[in-house]
Amino acid sequence: MAYIAIADQVEELHDPKSFITKYIWSQDHKVIAIQYGTTAVFVGLVALVLSGLMRLQLGFPDTFDFINPNAYLQFVTMHGMIMVIYLLTALLLGGFGNYLIPLMIGARDMVFPFLNMLSYWTYLLAVIILMASFFVPGGPTGAGWTLYPPQAILEGTTGDDASIILMLVSLAVFIVAFTMGGLNYVTTILQARTRGMTLMRMPLSIWGIFVATILGLLAFPALLVSAIMMLIDKVLATSFFMPAIVSLGEQMDYNGGSPILFQHLFWFFGHPEVYIVALPAFGMVSDVLSVHARKSIFGYRMMVWAIVIIGGLSFIVWAHHMYVSGMNPVFGFFFATTTLIIAVPTAIKVYNWVLTLWRGNIQMTVPMLFSIGFIFTFTHGGLTGLFLGNVVIDLPLSDTYFVVAHFHMVMGVSPIMVLFAAIYHWFPLASGKMFNVTLGKLHFWITFLGTYAVYLPMHYLGFLGVPRRYYAMGTTDFIPESAQSLNAGITIAAIIVGFAQLFFIINIIVSLRSSKKSEKNPWKAASLEWQTPEMPPKHGNWGKQLPECHRWVYDYAVPGEESDFISQDTSLEKTKGNPEGKNL
Amino acid sequence: MAILRTLSEKPWIDKHTGPELYESPLVTDLHAKQIALNMLLAIITVLFTLFIVTFLARSQYPDFKALSADVWQPFYDTSRLWINTSLLVISSIFIQLAIFTLKKEKVKYALLFVLLSLIFTLQFLFAQLWLGVHLYGLGFYVTSNPANSYFYVFTTVHALHLIGGLLVLLHVVVRFWLKNSEQRLLNSLILCSKYMHYLLVIWLALFALMTSSPETYKTLAALCGY
Repeated sequence: MAYIAIADQVEELHDPKSFITKYIWSQDHKVIAIQYGTTAVFVGLVALVLSGLMRLQLGFPDTFDFINPNAYLQFVTMHGMIMVIYLLTALLLGGFGNYLIPLMIGARDMVFPFLNMLSYWTYLLAVIILMASFFVPGGPTGAGWTLYPPQAILEGTTGDDASIILMLVSLAVFIVAFTMGGLNYVTTILQARTRGMTLMRMPLSIWGIFVATILGLLAFPALLVSAIMMLIDKVLATSFFMPAIVSLGEQMDYNGGSPILFQHLFWFFGHPEVYIVALPAFGMVSDVLSVHARKSIFGYRMMVWAIVIIGGLSFIVWAHHMYVSGMNPVFGFFFATTTLIIAVPTAIKVYNWVLTLWRGNIQMTVPMLFSIGFIFTFTHGGLTGLFLGNVVIDLPLSDTYFVVAHFHMVMGVSPIMVLFAAIYHWFPLASGKMFNVTLGKLHFWITFLGTYAVYLPMHYLGFLGVPRRYYAMGTTDFIPESAQSLNAGITIAAIIVGFAQLFFIINIIVSLRSSKKSEKNPWKAASLEWQTPEMPPKHGNWGKQLPECHRWVYDYAVPGEESDFISQDTSLEKTKGNPEGKNL
Repeated sequence: MAILRTLSEKPWIDKHTGPELYESPLVTDLHAKQIALNMLLAIITVLFTLFIVTFLARSQYPDFKALSADVWQPFYDTSRLWINTSLLVISSIFIQLAIFTLKKEKVKYALLFVLLSLIFTLQFLFAQLWLGVHLYGLGFYVTSNPANSYFYVFTTVHALHLIGGLLVLLHVVVRFWLKNSEQRLLNSLILCSKYMHYLLVIWLALFALMTSSPETYKTLAALCGY
């Protein structure tokens, strides 16, 4: 039998006709991406409201009757879990991964469209199970987002009954959904690239998504294993993680389990998770910076290598989250060393972004503002990571607001800056409309300055020794009263930032409803997704003929060329060529 | 080292060019599915490896009583486990025979072997269930010892993976019934067989683990840093 390359199998493409198959049970990667995106943004907004409630309590304690210590811990738990797993992972890989992969590599769709559809609906099921925990008696679990045993499943912790079970089941279902999606992303990138699209011609967005997906596929099983074993500890009273324990005056049935084992498993997933979120963000911000600086990315090869090296190293740094857990102190030395090593490729990336901007023709568009904002927030968050990666500095700072400030800067604000940059950048492609620039800039400045107003003071709170996860400080001698004033200020800034997101939502809704269409390829980008026959791309993306890739993706301001960009599908005959790669 | 060669390419220089770079006849539907399957098997390997690592760590706590440590422990005599294992081995042999016969275009025989493979896998699952019930009857409850807990977890998680494989195999039977082309049937069977053989290998590893001595656990755990 003669084999037919996937790129040539046009006749096998499904072609939905009815509303349901086109927009609901859709197998089109673009529709699935938008389904993933809207669901993730919806749960993200829930988590945003929860953080607002936490801040109200911290800034103005004893003011809000409905926020009691249990409710506060529930907000902490659900905010963390939703933001990390159900928003960031889902939006970056399920949303942007789905939208960008086929378009950027010149494919018609994912290799397994049905599996792709199944992935979204399974993700939605995971979200519904998680959200159901808000409505069971006692409300959601208050175990903290890391769900550490023994307290996560013991009586006395809020939501120790149905809610923790719902949380663990939801995580397991999410992992199934991610695995279905992830297998699709990896296979599509490896197998469905169009002619001429070699691996080293792929945009960095795709490299970031590719390596992050592999990380996810190999790291999520650790969370699955810990979720399954904890579920059995809870439901059947086994002792995988549960030690012999006296709870509320009663000797429990548990005996001999190891809570530290759970921590190892959790962080074996948890640290790669940081890079599952960060790598797609690194990739997308590289592309946005290059397009809006009208300059090729600085050090493309080094950027690819850095992504791959960070991906590999991310599996051997996990225990830097556990310096105070009581593990073998010798491990601390090893994990501090690997943590400092992983900073090297990360720093290379930051330098390369800055050098991409250097002497570029910088366009201060909304996506560019968010991208530059990301370089600031990521550098600040990354530098505090170097503090915490060292055992001796981590010990006094552990479980203080310094840690909260660090991970929110590096893993909260930074990827969200990229997400906004990416949404604004690709919005014209996905919708065919242009957003309102004034609203976009307003959104950027309030978000960027506001997040600094929130997180910079938190570092000082951490230095003062203010502990995280506390509902209220009470009368604590070593914490001065000014800390409370600072907390009130942070809360006001947080609420302003929270409400500023309305600018974004209003902008998106108004722009979608507007009849004003965006011009084709408004940013004059060279990558393939902007070269589709229609904008937004129709089902099958490319019409009758797949594009051919003739060059790398960063041909901006090529010396001697008339246009300041050359799209990837432009053949060499149509340009003057640049055999020595000068000034690129 | 093709990957190193790829990563050292300089895409900004024009000489690395031309669509002809990328016209490999291997880029086919089957090849794509094989890549996805390989990735899935890697994920399953990580999953079971992590279970096994936690088992080894837990085995070093004083309350852990290995199921093969003493003569009155159920896995001191492994004959029952060998019987179960032989069922899975036979199932694997039949699926391989189905591939051989299909390659010789004997579709009916191939279908027969696929059905036999299905039946033996089902028998393995029932035998495992029976073994679990038997152990439970002997007083080896899920909670009474971590070694018991692990036995039930290992066999259940492995069985769930096998059930997934069985469903796909049933789908292949439907394809036989729908008279799909031989090439398509063969592609499906090749993928199925790889998955089922791999689950056999995983079962053999679990078998070896659960019937090992406490000294072996101690050595392995020491190698893992416990």
